[in-house]
Amino acid sequence: MSRQRAAYDDVVVTAPVTVPYVRYSIRGAHWFLAGALDELLKRTGVSKNKLDGLCVSSFTLAPDSAVGLTQHLGLTLRWLDHIPMGGACGIVALRRAARAVQSGDADAVACIAGDTNHTDSFRLNLATFSQFARDAVYPYGSGGANASFAFLTGYYMRTYGATPEDFGKLCVAQRANAQSFPYALLKKPLTLEEYLSARLIADPLRLFDCVMPCAGADAFMVLRRAQAEALGLPYAGILSTIERHNAFPDDPIQYRGGWALDCDELYAQAGVGPQDVDVLATYDDYPVISMMQLEDLGFCKKGEGPDFVQRNSFTVDGSFPVNTSGGQLSAGQAGAAGGFLGLVEIIRQLTGQALGGAVAQARIGMASGFGMINYDRGLCSGAAILAARGSMP
Amino acid sequence: MTRPLMRPPRKNPVLRTRVPTLPPAARSRVTLGLTAGAARGRFELQVCRDCGTVQYPPREACHVCLSRRLDWREQNGAAELLSETTLWHSNELFYRERVPWRLGVAKLDCGPVAVVHLHGDCAPAPSRVRVRAVLDRAGQATLIAIPDKDTPNMADDRQLREMTCDPKFRKVLITDAKTALGQALVEAIVAAGAELVWAGYAESWKKTPGFDRLTSNPQVSLLPLDLTDSRAVKDTAGEIGGRVDILINTADHHRNFGIAARDGVETARAEMDANYFGLLRLAQEFAPAMRARGADGQSSAVAWVNLLSIFSLSNFPPHGTYSASKAAALSLSQCLRAELAPAGVRVINVFPGPIDDEWNQALPPPKIAPARLASDIVDALRGGAEDVFPGDIAQDWLARWRDNPKALERELAAMPR
Repeated sequence: MSRQRAAYDDVVVTAPVTVPYVRYSIRGAHWFLAGALDELLKRTGVSKNKLDGLCVSSFTLAPDSAVGLTQHLGLTLRWLDHIPMGGACGIVALRRAARAVQSGDADAVACIAGDTNHTDSFRLNLATFSQFARDAVYPYGSGGANASFAFLTGYYMRTYGATPEDFGKLCVAQRANAQSFPYALLKKPLTLEEYLSARLIADPLRLFDCVMPCAGADAFMVLRRAQAEALGLPYAGILSTIERHNAFPDDPIQYRGGWALDCDELYAQAGVGPQDVDVLATYDDYPVISMMQLEDLGFCKKGEGPDFVQRNSFTVDGSFPVNTSGGQLSAGQAGAAGGFLGLVEIIRQLTGQALGGAVAQARIGMASGFGMINYDRGLCSGAAILAARGSMP
Repeated sequence: MTRPLMRPPRKNPVLRTRVPTLPPAARSRVTLGLTAGAARGRFELQVCRDCGTVQYPPREACHVCLSRRLDWREQNGAAELLSETTLWHSNELFYRERVPWRLGVAKLDCGPVAVVHLHGDCAPAPSRVRVRAVLDRAGQATLIAIPDKDTPNMADDRQLREMTCDPKFRKVLITDAKTALGQALVEAIVAAGAELVWAGYAESWKKTPGFDRLTSNPQVSLLPLDLTDSRAVKDTAGEIGGRVDILINTADHHRNFGIAARDGVETARAEMDANYFGLLRLAQEFAPAMRARGADGQSSAVAWVNLLSIFSLSNFPPHGTYSASKAAALSLSQCLRAELAPAGVRVINVFPGPIDDEWNQALPPPKIAPARLASDIVDALRGGAEDVFPGDIAQDWLARWRDNPKALERELAAMPR
C-alpha cells in the first residue's frame, strides 16, 4: 500500500481560454501559443513580468521546445515544463502545475497547449509520430489514428456487443452540444441516420467517428486560492487527479485504459463517487474511447458502456452531460490542445463561464485525458475531479 | 476467396502511365534487422538472449528484463487475428491509389502483437493466420497475414501481389535461353502464367540441345541478344524495352581457372564482358523504361533478376576469375537496386551453388539441377525476398559466410581443385 497522497489544499484552477480553432493555418504553433498566453494574462490580470511558471504542450513547435518559447515570448521564468503527452497533456499539466504552486516553486503556472495545422502537417506528424509508429504502423496503409481506433472499435464491438447506434448516440449528442459553443468548427446538425450512413473511413469507423485535425490553442492558469480571490477570478478546486502510462501492457488489444487501474484512488482522494459527477469531459477523438472511459472511470461496469449509453442522454440538459462544448468530435482537434479542451470546458462549467450551454447546478466535474498511440494503443491516461468554489473542502 | 486474376486488357496508349509511388520507407536502423531477414525470405524477430522474450516492434532493449542482447531469430509466424479494418482513406499516395486496403492486428503465438497487412482470404477475426515478412514496393520489410491454410488463387490477392513479382500475365525477358538453365527457366516462367517470354540467344551458329524445342511454344519469342555487343543490346531495348515487366539476366560465362593456371587476361576479360559488362549494358538500356513503368497497371514492371553465384560472396580459387566477375556483378547489382528502388522495381539476386552443367563437371556433388534452380527463381518472383540462395550448397556456404567470412575464405582455399 503506497503512502496517502497529499491533497491539493488551496491550489485552484482559473481562466479557461480558447484561441479560436481554424481548419488550416499558415501561422506557426508559436502564434497560437502566444495568443493563448496573451489572453490568459489579460483575463487573470497577472502581468507578463510577474508570471513565473509555464507549462507547454505542442506537437508542431519543433524545433523549439518550451525553452525556446521563453525567449520567443520574452518570458523570464523560475518554473518551466514541457509535456509531450498528447491527449493526456491537460491532466498532466494540471498535476505538475498544482504541485509546483502548492510547494511554492512557482506562484502561478500558465498552462498552454496548441498547434498549428498546415495542409500537410497532419500527414508529416503521423509519419514521424514515434519510432514504433514509423517502423511498424505508418507503413501499413498510412491510415493514422483512424486505423488504430478501427482495430479497437471492431474488437470492442465484437467483445461487448456494442453497435454503431451506441457510438452514434454519443456523436450526435456532442454535435447537439456544439450548436451553442462559439468555437466549434463542426456545427452542421447531425442525425443518427446521417451518422450511420456516412462514408466509411476505416471499417467500422465512418466519417463522424473520426476527429478533424485543426489549428488552435487552449489554456488555463493554476495558482493559489488567495491570489485568485485577490484578482477577482472565478475558480475551481482540484479534488484529485490520476495519471498512468503504458497500463495493462499484456492486454493483446486495448479494451481498457489506465483509468481502470487508478479509478478507485481517484474517487477516494476526491471524497466523491461517480454518482456525484455533474458534468464529464471524456477524451473523445473516437467514440470508442469515450465508451471505455465511461466504464473505466466507474460510471458503469466493463462491457456495460453500450447499455449505459442507451439509458442516458448526454446533451447539456441530459441525464449525464458529457463533452458539453461538443468535444473534439465537433470542436476539432487542435493538436495538443485536444488534451486541454475537455478540462477547459469543465473549468468553464464549474465557474459559471460556459460559452455554450451551461449544465444546471454543476458542482463536481471530471475531465479525462488519453494520449499517444505510440504503436497499437494509447499509452497515457489521466483524469481530474474538480469542484466548484462552493463545493471545495 | 480470391478471384483469379484476369488477363489485363491492352494498354490504352492515350492515357497517361501512372507515376510510381511507394509505401513509407523510413525505418529506424534496428528495424532494418527485419528487412535483413525478409530480404532472404525469412521472418525473423529479436529474441532476448537473457530471458527469451520475443520482441516486436524491433527495439534496443528487452521490454521484460532490459537486456540489450537481442538476437534475430526465425519465427514460424503462427498467429491469432484479433481485429481488422479496411482502410478507405489513407494519408499516403501509394495507399490512396490502392484503397480499400485490409489491415489486421495479430497476436503471434511467440508473444508479440503485430499490425499486419491482411490477405483477402483471411477469415474475419478471431481467426488463425500465418504472418510472413516480405519486402514491400519500397524494399522494406513488411508483415502480411495470410490464411492459416492455402486457398485457391491466393497468389492473385490484390494486396499480396503488391508485395510479390508474380510472373502471371507479365512479359518476361530471359537474356540467355541457350543454357540448360535458360531453357528450364523459359519453361518454368511460361508454366507460371507469363503473358510472353522473350528467349534471348547469342551465337546463333552454335547449336545447343533442346533449344529448338522452345520455338514450339506460342508464348515464347526467340530474340537474338548478345550481351557483349553494346549496339545489339541498345537495339533490342529499343524494340521491346518498353514492354518488359520482368528481366531475368541469366548471363553466365564460366571458365575454370585461377590465376596461375592460365597466361594472359583473355578468359577473365570474356567472363567480365558477359557477367559484369553484360549486366551494365542491360541496365543502361533496359532500366530506364522499367523505372518509368513501376506502376503501369496490373502488369507493371516489377522485377530484375540477376543470376549471380555463391562465389560472388567469397572467391573459389579453382574458379577464381569467374568468382571475381560474379563479385563485380553483385556490386553493380546493388547500384542497380538503388536506382530501380524509386520505381518499386525489385532487384532479385540469385546466388546458386555450382550448377550441374558442363563447366562444373569436375566438381563433386551436390550440384543444383537447372530445373530446380529455375523453379526456385519462379518461387522467388512469387515471394517477397530479394536475395535467394537456392540449393543445399548455397545454403551451406551462406551459413558459413554469415558465421565467419574469414573461415570460409580458408575453407574455399583448401578445397580440392
